[in-house]
Amino acid sequence: MLKTQELTLNLGPHHPSTHGVFRCVLNLEGEYIQKAVNHLGYLHRGIEKLAESRTYTQFIPYNGRLDYVAGMLNEWTYVHAVEKLMGITEEIPERAQYIRVILGELQRLASHAIYIASMALDVAGATAWFYGFRDRDEILDLLEMVSGQRLMPNYMRIGGVAADLPEGFIEKCQALIDEFPNRIAEQEGILIGNEIFQARVKNVGPISKEMALDYGLTGPNLRASGVDTDLRRDEPYGIYDRFDFKVPVGEKGDTFDRVLVRIEEMKESVKIVKKALRDIPEGPVMAKVPKVIKPPVGEVYSRIENAKGHLGFHIVSDGSTKPYRLRIYSPCFVNIGIFPEMAKGIHLMDAVVALASLDIVLGEIDR
Amino acid sequence: MEKSFFNTIADALRNWLMNGLGFSDTAAQLTATAIWTLVVILFILMNLIVLVWLERKFSAFFQQRRGPNRLGPAGFLQFPVDIVKVLGKEDIIPANADKTVFKIASTCLFITTILAWAVIPLGDGVILADLNIGLFYFLAIGSTATVSLMMGGFSSNNKYSLIGGMRTVAQMISYEIPMIFSLLGVVMMVGSLRLSDVVAAQQNMWFIVPQAIAFLVYFVATVAETNRGPFDLAEGEQELVAGYFTEYSGIRYAIWMIAEYGNLVAVSTIASIMFLGGWNAPFGLTFIPGFVWLLLKIYFMIFLFMWVKWTYPRIRIDHLMHFGWKFLIPVSLANILVTGIGIYVYRLIIG
Repeated sequence: MLKTQELTLNLGPHHPSTHGVFRCVLNLEGEYIQKAVNHLGYLHRGIEKLAESRTYTQFIPYNGRLDYVAGMLNEWTYVHAVEKLMGITEEIPERAQYIRVILGELQRLASHAIYIASMALDVAGATAWFYGFRDRDEILDLLEMVSGQRLMPNYMRIGGVAADLPEGFIEKCQALIDEFPNRIAEQEGILIGNEIFQARVKNVGPISKEMALDYGLTGPNLRASGVDTDLRRDEPYGIYDRFDFKVPVGEKGDTFDRVLVRIEEMKESVKIVKKALRDIPEGPVMAKVPKVIKPPVGEVYSRIENAKGHLGFHIVSDGSTKPYRLRIYSPCFVNIGIFPEMAKGIHLMDAVVALASLDIVLGEIDR
Repeated sequence: MEKSFFNTIADALRNWLMNGLGFSDTAAQLTATAIWTLVVILFILMNLIVLVWLERKFSAFFQQRRGPNRLGPAGFLQFPVDIVKVLGKEDIIPANADKTVFKIASTCLFITTILAWAVIPLGDGVILADLNIGLFYFLAIGSTATVSLMMGGFSSNNKYSLIGGMRTVAQMISYEIPMIFSLLGVVMMVGSLRLSDVVAAQQNMWFIVPQAIAFLVYFVATVAETNRGPFDLAEGEQELVAGYFTEYSGIRYAIWMIAEYGNLVAVSTIASIMFLGGWNAPFGLTFIPGFVWLLLKIYFMIFLFMWVKWTYPRIRIDHLMHFGWKFLIPVSLANILVTGIGIYVYRLIIG
């Protein structure tokens, strides 16, 4: 008598398409997933605990190690939280605000470029992968110009930014931004419009509006499910109230929608950077903040629209130079939580695509 | 037809063996066959050097990279150096693997590749065995490749390998049918399974003109048969790491690769012979020898294979099955029907 047996497959922690050291134990019936269980923590470095023994300024470079494909945005979130705690958000110089917006949006473009690229690689479209990484590399060149580093810039400071923009940055950035819509169109041509790609991503891993809200998804993943929310518009921080941009919203919440939302967001980001480059004023880039930062006793929770969702910092201050407790609300951690639900009953090939569509970065999940 | 360069060499060799060394007729024949087999293996390996280099350079060109450019002119020596590196690697056999099967699996695939080459002509009369069922032999040998892939996937004792092996069997069996059907149209028009007859019948018109649909079906089906993108589900590195050869290392891994590229050259050669006129020169450019034309056609086919591979993402397995059974097979059957009616009408008119 023949009998079938469930196959337990260990996807990861060393697997090409788990985007890092993520491990998922799958119960397979043939090649269809019956049950998926997430296992996290392979990249745990205790960053939250480390923060307690670093001064407020010393902790800035650690932020680049969280979501290492969007370091600039993480730093911005952190310094924004500390500024809010000190009550100096209004004193940040104009020029610094514009620089933050420009670099933040460039970083968002880079992060989304990686998203599209890794999405392409997970359906085995190696050519589109290289296109995405080429675009991101040129953005990283710009970040290198301002901060000297490509991935972990350590450029934001409490009260402004570390240094003024270097000579020639505006022109170089302008040239790239003018070129960028063509790059997006190229990506749409080779990947998004491709029939095989669409067959691979349409109706894969759909997340309904209710399910997305129940699981607490944020950012593009939530917008793809049809919830119209964007912190840049809803709770404008910095100078985002001066910019006019659309918030793209998906319909079905499947993988294809998640890709399209990101593509549309890239187009909006290009517009924001364009306007910021036009309006950027001259002036100082650093507010008058004390050399030794000692926020008053109290606590603050501040969140910002990161490339992956709402990144939040909860900081408790006891009045000393170091935070008493620092807690990071990570969008990737929340987003990965829905994966077992998505993976149920779908094919192994689809599960890989569904996982890629959540845009996870393990550095931020495990912290 | 005048004798080609290769035939002259073969005759000279046979004469030398029989008259110079005093071999008997059979012994001379056997020795000549052995030498010819060696030449075929060398041809596959030489092709491999060019192919791997081309694959890397083409993919680099598509992806805006430079590709290998350090070893030899434009990185041409990268592959031989890689092989030397692979030879120095430890030959790892997983602890709970089925050791015998694991060891012979890759060699089995290589043997089928070489066996298939027995009936593939590389020019007019440059052939090991010009069987009157040449094409049939090629297809029969080609279908046994499935067994060795399954052996590799099954014996590794690795779940990824097992899934990869299962996928391979499903895919190759499904796509063999449209591949055979697509060649049937040509066979009907020629009335022979001998490959040299097929080429001779294309003196005036290549079969890609009357059999264009069959050519497309053959092209798609062979992409699946050789496990190349976008139908490389058996490898599926995104979910299956490397499919059936996940556990292979060192020279055993290299033999898998050699056999796969050997298959690629074999199916490209068959495509050139069946549809692109074989060694017939187009536009009356007969001053270029036949085997050069054949090589050019083979490499044109290989370029098409690479172009497709580096452009398209991988198709999903259920879509693959739908496409094979619900589209390719009906289309190839319809092609056979239309060809049959065409031949009937043609005979009716000619009388």
